[in-house]
Amino acid sequence: MAVLSALLTIILYTWIGIRTSQCPRLRTWPSKRYGFWTLGIISMLLARMIHVHGHTDFTIHMVVHLLLGMLAPLLLVLAAPVTLLLRALPVRHARIATRTLRLRLVQLLTHPVVTVCLNFGGLWILYRTSLFEWMHISMLVSVLVHMHVFVAGFVFTTSVLYIDPAPHRSSFRLRAAVMVLGFAAHAVLAKIIYAESIPGVSAADARQGALLMYYGGDLVDAVLIGVFCLFWYRRFI
Amino acid sequence: MLLVNDPRTNLWSGILFGLGMVAFIDEALFHQLLHWHHFYDRLTTEVGLVSDGLFHAFSWFATIASLFMLAGLRKKNGFWFKRWWGGVMLGGGVFQLYDGIAQHKWMRLHQIRYVENVIVYDWVWNIIAVLMIIGGTFLIIRTQSRLKGSV
Repeated sequence: MAVLSALLTIILYTWIGIRTSQCPRLRTWPSKRYGFWTLGIISMLLARMIHVHGHTDFTIHMVVHLLLGMLAPLLLVLAAPVTLLLRALPVRHARIATRTLRLRLVQLLTHPVVTVCLNFGGLWILYRTSLFEWMHISMLVSVLVHMHVFVAGFVFTTSVLYIDPAPHRSSFRLRAAVMVLGFAAHAVLAKIIYAESIPGVSAADARQGALLMYYGGDLVDAVLIGVFCLFWYRRFI
Repeated sequence: MLLVNDPRTNLWSGILFGLGMVAFIDEALFHQLLHWHHFYDRLTTEVGLVSDGLFHAFSWFATIASLFMLAGLRKKNGFWFKRWWGGVMLGGGVFQLYDGIAQHKWMRLHQIRYVENVIVYDWVWNIIAVLMIIGGTFLIIRTQSRLKGSV
């Protein structure tokens, strides 16, 4: 089921990309974006496949978290899905979509300061309250937490990288500051988990997971920062 | 905003790169290869954790951003190595001194090495930092005077 829906998503994206590229008034959709989309969906699929083992193994739980909350959002944002959707929609519908994107509420929810709080604040709540234990008792809580991790990661990434249309833009400086604060919160949380563990997780397991969180996070962050700086370079140099 | 023919950009790119470079060497050499530093030890204060997290994130960002600034300077033929290197030494030295005195000693983040005579390591660490700051400042002042002379 998961494999099927992943395949469908990839096929749908590819089909829309190829079909819109045939339209004379639109440019050819860049081929690298098909790759980003496919890799992003595969990351989500991987997370979906191994997350069951995450209930007993904290390191696996962290791999799921890295795939779902950081790597998949970054790859999917690089694939510019909103731009592709707007290309494919008839003008009347596309206008409704862009009007939605311009709403006050959307503006508030996609502001970097808000997204960084939702993303990294959510993590603090997950690992510093009993939510982590509930997640392993209730299937519903587990699904909700995983959804939040992905959505918050995705919205945070769109709020600092303007690849898709972003009607309300923040300065490079503000977005850079927000990124540094968010990554710092992530690093501090990883060290706290390393030191104090989490209820229901053995000390050795927590340490291994925390190291993975810290250094794995750094790797994905480096790509995110690199893309961000590339935009800055193109804008000013 | 950044003007590529501006000597300040050379200085800031250098300072950011120096800070990032020292943090990176710290991470790669003392944490990963030699295992002298601990990822965490029980004496670490809360303020130490926050300071470490902030510097970790900032230096990671600074390393990458400064290289993009450097690429911009080179593209516009505005790269001035002597001034940039002055910035590298100053940025690196300041961070190393902060790390050596504030983070290691006051905030008890971790020690340089878990040995009897750690004081020797502390002195060597901080003296190198001071020498870097002096060297960097010297280069910056020298390029500064050339700046005034050229106008």
